[in-house]
Amino acid sequence: MSLPTIGFRDELLSNLKAAYARMWVRIKGGNREATHFIAEVFLPVLTIGAYVILYRSLGLPSTLGSAVILGGAMIAFWMNVLWNMSAQWYWEKEMGNLEMYMVAPVSRMAILFGMSLGGMINTSIRALGILILGVYVFQVPFQLHDIFTASFIFLLTVVALYSLGMVFASLYMLYGREVWHTNQLLMEPVFFLSGSYFPSIYISAIPFWVQLAATAIPMTVGLDAIRRIAIYGGDISTVWLHIVALIAFILVLFPLARKALNFMESLGKKEGRLTLRWQ
Amino acid sequence: MKRDLSIETRSLRRLFKGVPGAGDVVALDSVDLSVEEGEIFGLLGPNGAGKTTLIKILATLLLPTSGEAYVKGLEVVKNAPKIRRLINLVSGGETPGYGILSVKENLWFFSQLYGLSRDGARDRIKQLTDQLGLDTYVDSRMSKLSTGFKQRLNLARGFINNPAVLFLDEPTLGLDVLSAKQLRTFIRSWMADGTKTVLLTTHYMAEADEMCNRVGIIDRGKVLACDTPQRLKMKLASRPSWKIEITPNIQDLDSVRTIQGIVGLSETSNIETGASTLKLVLEDESVMSSLLSKISQNGSKVLAMSKSEPTLEDVYISLVGRGLQ
Repeated sequence: MSLPTIGFRDELLSNLKAAYARMWVRIKGGNREATHFIAEVFLPVLTIGAYVILYRSLGLPSTLGSAVILGGAMIAFWMNVLWNMSAQWYWEKEMGNLEMYMVAPVSRMAILFGMSLGGMINTSIRALGILILGVYVFQVPFQLHDIFTASFIFLLTVVALYSLGMVFASLYMLYGREVWHTNQLLMEPVFFLSGSYFPSIYISAIPFWVQLAATAIPMTVGLDAIRRIAIYGGDISTVWLHIVALIAFILVLFPLARKALNFMESLGKKEGRLTLRWQ
Repeated sequence: MKRDLSIETRSLRRLFKGVPGAGDVVALDSVDLSVEEGEIFGLLGPNGAGKTTLIKILATLLLPTSGEAYVKGLEVVKNAPKIRRLINLVSGGETPGYGILSVKENLWFFSQLYGLSRDGARDRIKQLTDQLGLDTYVDSRMSKLSTGFKQRLNLARGFINNPAVLFLDEPTLGLDVLSAKQLRTFIRSWMADGTKTVLLTTHYMAEADEMCNRVGIIDRGKVLACDTPQRLKMKLASRPSWKIEITPNIQDLDSVRTIQGIVGLSETSNIETGASTLKLVLEDESVMSSLLSKISQNGSKVLAMSKSEPTLEDVYISLVGRGLQ
């Protein structure tokens, strides 16, 4: 019996096709309903608005409003990473899709990669909407001189965040309803620790160990760097350490996601929990 | 001429953790099975018999506890990625895909998981949607489809990569009679070149009888019989099969089962008429008098009774001791 063999090039092409298709599904699915898009842009502006108005009413500098608007835009990524990335295998399992993915001859990393790319693109559009709307409504100041570094840091932050999402997705693979509780647990603390709604976590009012813990979250590091550049007029010399930290996050998290995915898939197959629902 | 084996299992065993204190649950127990290329092989068994477990192992979704399983000569644990290029799986009752996407978009997405080219995918989607009666719904969102059409979409997905081995786990679940018939016709035409293999699980005996070259009857993880439907029925020829219609139904069916000489018994009730039909496979007809007096003791009346040629269902009843209903 002779079976067809497949070379590295064909395998790579096949995985790229799968990643592109999964990205396409995410982009198409995420933008087909206009109400969905509008809600995801307008509702965060209401939360941001509450903080901007509070800071203004206390007579605090208007740059605090700028910091909150940037924080609000970045929160969109964290929400997407938690609910549409980390929990994605769980949703797929509930829809009956996980079995289909597991039987398909493509790398699971290609699927996760496609989901990540789709999520990044979708959320970037929303984050940009939040940013533009926030700036337009609240007229907050920005001093952006080094747009290249700001864009580079934004890209690194998003890649690091989605790499973290891929790790979580792998770990969540065998989860049942625990997904809900775990995501709830990860949502609010990260809002706080990343300093999304106040200027920075790196201030004397916050204990050192909390700052240290917060630094383990890519969003904290990325958001702090973007604020330094976009609000306070910094350049690459003021954020080089942030860049190193974000690159380190990516270098650790991406391979970790791969290992975690392989481990959890094997465990699921061994225990028979891979495609079992409502555990 | 002996054909290549598409599926083979040797002493395949799978245990699952049971509830605390109850020990492990044996889902498959020393299963030996061989399915040749070009065959439609049917697996019949009640819920929990081990059919889906076997399919999941062969489809690389589950690891065996012990024993070996091969698909196209490739061992399932060591060669899972290679096997996935050759197979597909359709689980009846499942509706994989994304509700917000159309039928065509969903099928295009599935085709990309198998690396189909743009033209190849377009032609395949056209062919499958035409043949499975989805042609008028290609641009409809999946969420708007009825259960039956979602199931057709699921089936189209299963054929998208033209797999060498297709696992169909109760594929006609949720389909109306006509759709189920269309599907059976489609599968037969798809298999016409003799290079494809189907492992099918079903609860519908007539479907298995009509479609399968061979069937395996499985219960509590063990394969009890494996042969062509004709030969299985012939083996039962010496044992009379009877159909007895009674009213009202018998409350304690187990008391009938224990009558000496009854090999197997199943009961189906008709809610509208209140009557029940007992299907019986007997050692010989001397047991009839004890059986009829038991029915009478129960307060039931015999409405009609007839002796029938053995069916696959009778084979099943005689081996498992009960029916599927």
